[in-house]
Amino acid sequence: MAATEKLYFYPVWLRIWHAMNALGIITLIVTGISMQSSIESSHILGFNLIVKLHNIAGILVTLSYLIYFIGNMVTPNGKFYRIKPRGFLKRPIQQAIYYAWGMFHGMKPPYPISAKRKFNPLQKYAYVMVMYMAVPFVIISGIALLFPEIILDKVYAFSGVFVTAVFHSAMGFFISIFLMIHLYIASIGKSPLENFKSIFTGWHQVH
Amino acid sequence: MKYPSVIFISVFLFFTTGPILAQSYQNAQHHKCLKCHSNQSYSFLNTVKNKEEKRLMNPYFILDTVGLTHGVHKQFDCTDCHSTEYGTYPHLATLKLQPLSTCLDCHGGDASFASYQFERIDAEFKKSVHYKVYGDNFTCTKCHSQHTYVATARNSNDVLEIVNYDNQMCLSCHNNMKKYKMVSGHDNPKLVEVHEWLPNQELHFAHVRCIECHTEVIDSLKVSHNILPKEKALKKCVECHSANSRLKASLYKYQNLQKRSENGTLNTVLANESYIIGSHQSPFLKLASIIIFLLALAGILIHGIFRILIKK
Repeated sequence: MAATEKLYFYPVWLRIWHAMNALGIITLIVTGISMQSSIESSHILGFNLIVKLHNIAGILVTLSYLIYFIGNMVTPNGKFYRIKPRGFLKRPIQQAIYYAWGMFHGMKPPYPISAKRKFNPLQKYAYVMVMYMAVPFVIISGIALLFPEIILDKVYAFSGVFVTAVFHSAMGFFISIFLMIHLYIASIGKSPLENFKSIFTGWHQVH
Repeated sequence: MKYPSVIFISVFLFFTTGPILAQSYQNAQHHKCLKCHSNQSYSFLNTVKNKEEKRLMNPYFILDTVGLTHGVHKQFDCTDCHSTEYGTYPHLATLKLQPLSTCLDCHGGDASFASYQFERIDAEFKKSVHYKVYGDNFTCTKCHSQHTYVATARNSNDVLEIVNYDNQMCLSCHNNMKKYKMVSGHDNPKLVEVHEWLPNQELHFAHVRCIECHTEVIDSLKVSHNILPKEKALKKCVECHSANSRLKASLYKYQNLQKRSENGTLNTVLANESYIIGSHQSPFLKLASIIIFLLALAGILIHGIFRILIKK
């Protein structure tokens, strides 16, 4: 048996952010889908209440994003997100091959996590895309939709509100897909629940 | 042999077109009625004092000459509806008491107007809060100015133009203290305050008509004209913000708007269903999102099954 090493991967501020973000994003997805399909769900929650919940959750996610953004600037956690130009495509492809083929054929992970490498390359790319592109976009377009009078009347032939709304929900959709995969990938570990425990306790087992 | 007839026609045209042009709304200064009724003031010879006098025109009797030349009744002259006795000034006091033709006098029971269903509109109107409050005094012209009315909703391709035109009909009284009080007997409610509950009020006012929420929607009529009492006004967001939107049965019922949504730019990608929230207002994006979701789900399931199988 290989000795297991314990790493303190998730400091308190990060866990608080992650919990707020998780709660907020899940609320946003559920209420977002409900609004989009305009189901008259007055038996459960009325449309007006759903809109209110979506707005409140949006503000919560915006605030928690500030914690995340500032936290990554002032603590060493930010460096885990830096993508190096060397092996820009090769590294994530190797990781993808491992997930799709290698892990079923006894291959060792090509980029095992350590104190220096918190995320494997594919994970890093996904996190950067979601946290530094999709989420800021969804926040900016969300604020715009909260104050629709600030949106341009026309974007070429289309209504500005229409374009913003489509963009907002398209970004929200990609975040939803990310969340599905994120939750699934998190179950890949020594045991399916191991990573979920880590994000609560802060400690990560390296085998 | 031809010359006498040419001369005759020329002379005929000279004498006939002269008066026609003079009666045209285009040339208000020379129109017998409009030379006074399109100006802030008017002059006349006071035969009692035997001197020329200039007076202010009653502002309610000043007509919009630009509106007149574009309105649906532009081909009629004033005296087609008003008495020819108005030709003299001062106008006879008794003329005011004479009944004027109502809309149905011309439009009712006429096959050429059958598609407008004026009789049904009248029947619906009689159920409305307008009729209940003001009875027969509430004529069609309270909303549809007989002088300047344009069938904007039927002809315009611009939703915002239709909305603005139609809402002005309501606002001309509901946002006007004097007119509102004359009909209702009390002060007009403050519209912005009454609609405080409505999110993004300003945008709603610009993008949908008052009647969307304040009338009963009847499929076989463009606009039912049964204006409901305020307690019955629509307050449910999903009535419009859904795939089965109420707006499809009202505002977007007009063929001109439907055509626009069918022939519009990039229609396959972006259809005109802006009242649905989010990207599902575009059927293409809706389909794309379902496919991407299913692919992701399938990927996860297949991967998960392999993990279980290989672990044994």
